[in-house]
Amino acid sequence: MTDIYLDNNATTKVDRAVVDVMIPYFLEQYGNPSSIHKFADGVAKAIKNARQQVQALIGCEHDSEIIFTSCGTESNSTALLSAIKAQPNKKEIITTTVEHPAILSLCEALEKEGYTIHRMPVDRAGRLNLDAYKKLLSDQVAIVSVMWANNETGTIFPVVEMAELANAAGVMFHTDAVQAVGKIQMMLQDTKIDMLSLSGHKLHSPKGIGVLYLRRGTRYRPLLRGGHQERGRRAGTENTASIVGLGKACELALEHIEFENTKVKAMRDRLERGITEQIPHCFVTGDMNNRLPNTTDIAFEYIEGEAILMLLNKAGIAASSGSACTSGSLEPSHVMRAMDIPYTAAHGTIRFSFSRYNTLHEVDEVLKVMPGVVATLRKLSPYWDGDGPVVNPEQAFKPTYA
Amino acid sequence: MWDYSDKVKEHFFNPKNAGAVADANATGEVGSISCGDALRLTLKVDDATEVILDAGFQTFGCGSAIASSSVLTEIIKGMTIDEALKVTNQDIADHLEGLPPEKMHCSVMGREALQAAIANYRGEEWTDDHEEGALICKCFAIDAVMIEEMVWANKLRTVEDVTNFTKAGGGCASCHEDIEAILEKVLAEKGEKFDYEAAPVKQPVVAEVKLPLTNLQRIKKIEQVLESLRPSLMADGGDVELVEVIGNTAYVNMTGACNGCQMAAMTIAGIQQRLMEVMGEFIKVVPASEMSKLVNIA
Repeated sequence: MTDIYLDNNATTKVDRAVVDVMIPYFLEQYGNPSSIHKFADGVAKAIKNARQQVQALIGCEHDSEIIFTSCGTESNSTALLSAIKAQPNKKEIITTTVEHPAILSLCEALEKEGYTIHRMPVDRAGRLNLDAYKKLLSDQVAIVSVMWANNETGTIFPVVEMAELANAAGVMFHTDAVQAVGKIQMMLQDTKIDMLSLSGHKLHSPKGIGVLYLRRGTRYRPLLRGGHQERGRRAGTENTASIVGLGKACELALEHIEFENTKVKAMRDRLERGITEQIPHCFVTGDMNNRLPNTTDIAFEYIEGEAILMLLNKAGIAASSGSACTSGSLEPSHVMRAMDIPYTAAHGTIRFSFSRYNTLHEVDEVLKVMPGVVATLRKLSPYWDGDGPVVNPEQAFKPTYA
Repeated sequence: MWDYSDKVKEHFFNPKNAGAVADANATGEVGSISCGDALRLTLKVDDATEVILDAGFQTFGCGSAIASSSVLTEIIKGMTIDEALKVTNQDIADHLEGLPPEKMHCSVMGREALQAAIANYRGEEWTDDHEEGALICKCFAIDAVMIEEMVWANKLRTVEDVTNFTKAGGGCASCHEDIEAILEKVLAEKGEKFDYEAAPVKQPVVAEVKLPLTNLQRIKKIEQVLESLRPSLMADGGDVELVEVIGNTAYVNMTGACNGCQMAAMTIAGIQQRLMEVMGEFIKVVPASEMSKLVNIA
């Protein structure tokens, strides 16, 4: 059996067609796009073409609204730091408790510098309370930053509506859309979203390339200064080959967006149904009615995620977990904690994330392996006895120093 | 993915002694479910010889937690409980051919489960005095709680101090920002302000020691180190007295304000750390009040 990759929210395989369009920019057209000779001939044009391919995928009005960066994290940092520098009198930021660390760690650092950070909580299904959000909007807020879709559960936030509300209150709106782009149809020109981050390696282009969408007219301060590249908004010699590759990847993503929402979704649903029907004491986390089509996050109670992943890996299956151990931290994933998932389940969450390269056959292979993996570990668990959890698990096993 | 040794993988994929021992007469349950690791160790101890006849584990935890539990049961089977009590977490890690620094706590959990089970067998209450914090220094596996305690106990003020006292930050140096954050927090609690340009509190005694030490050399050296620490203890109205040295264990009396002080345990930990650094060998510092339990002085 060949290995099965179900960790596409972490990163994706680069599409062969993407690699093919990149090669000439390493070996032939390797000139600096700013140079005036034949090695740079056509490079600027290729970059412009890529810009339009990205533009088409996210549906923005102008291709000049696309700024190429090195990654999603750089796009996020640029967006938030630009907003506070461009509006020095505003000292508040609104975000959520379940953002990616690229936003949360930055906000923590800004908090130390005196900014007030409003982290909106989520309910047990990972949803935000929009009434609470409305109350937070004021002329003191420099920027709202809310992810379009959550990387762990796939839960989608109503960012289009939230951007309207922010705009009405005169507040800038940014969304970290690295998981959503290519999976959710978007038409940014019809929204009030001012800034959006996307990352190439989540949609079958290489790592090390990202985009910050910046709505024309949005007050902006660059993170990197030092050159005219990207119209002075992001200095540094262009990552030509990757930009061209990202353009191609966006074109392919647009072509496959229906496939993602039908065929990929069907694979995800089949896996999810198969697991929850076959394996007792497991449940899907997040908002099941409003999720990315490719993601399912399942909590297996009374066992730990890293151990599950090691057994899956041995069976040739790649997925990821929200347990503390996989990250080397002391707490399970902040997303699981924010949804108030009990510790005995939060440590046992496994995320399966699909791409257009997966097959139904792979789903069936995983379904054959998964019950055995869970049963093996439950046999070792102090919370488990025979065919089910011990009676009253929290009482039956009470380790010292909890 | 963690870089696990083959031994860890072996014990994870084919754990030994999984499950509870049927007619166990000793049980230890330790760990923290919030951190995602918890272990129940059950033992069958022969009442006449105190030999551990059988050992079984049930573990909620990651690959290395399961491997540590498994190897622990293998190590202790056939030992007397007194022998088993000498098993350290380093022994567990060594049997596994090493653990990543982030995972050393799994071996600590194993040792604690063993202590808890033996206490249970002897009808004693076992309490965990060891609090674990987020791992700060990955080079030397030093966590936040340890650094905080040392900053409190030794009035540390700079990253250099912290490195001198705990080793944290002495390797790749990438945790210096986190150490500064701890200093900022603790100093704020003490009503002081962190100044990254402040002069280091004091240089620890740096001395080349040739191992192994004779007991006399060890005692002299320990006295020397205690002497160097005395001013800071006396500043708080306390003092320390060396009572006895047996092997690598130093028995001390905390006197004056240190006696009965809630910080005494921390201070002892600080003394122990300093002794180990200067002497380059493992030294355990124990209050002299514990001595009668362990050795027959007569």
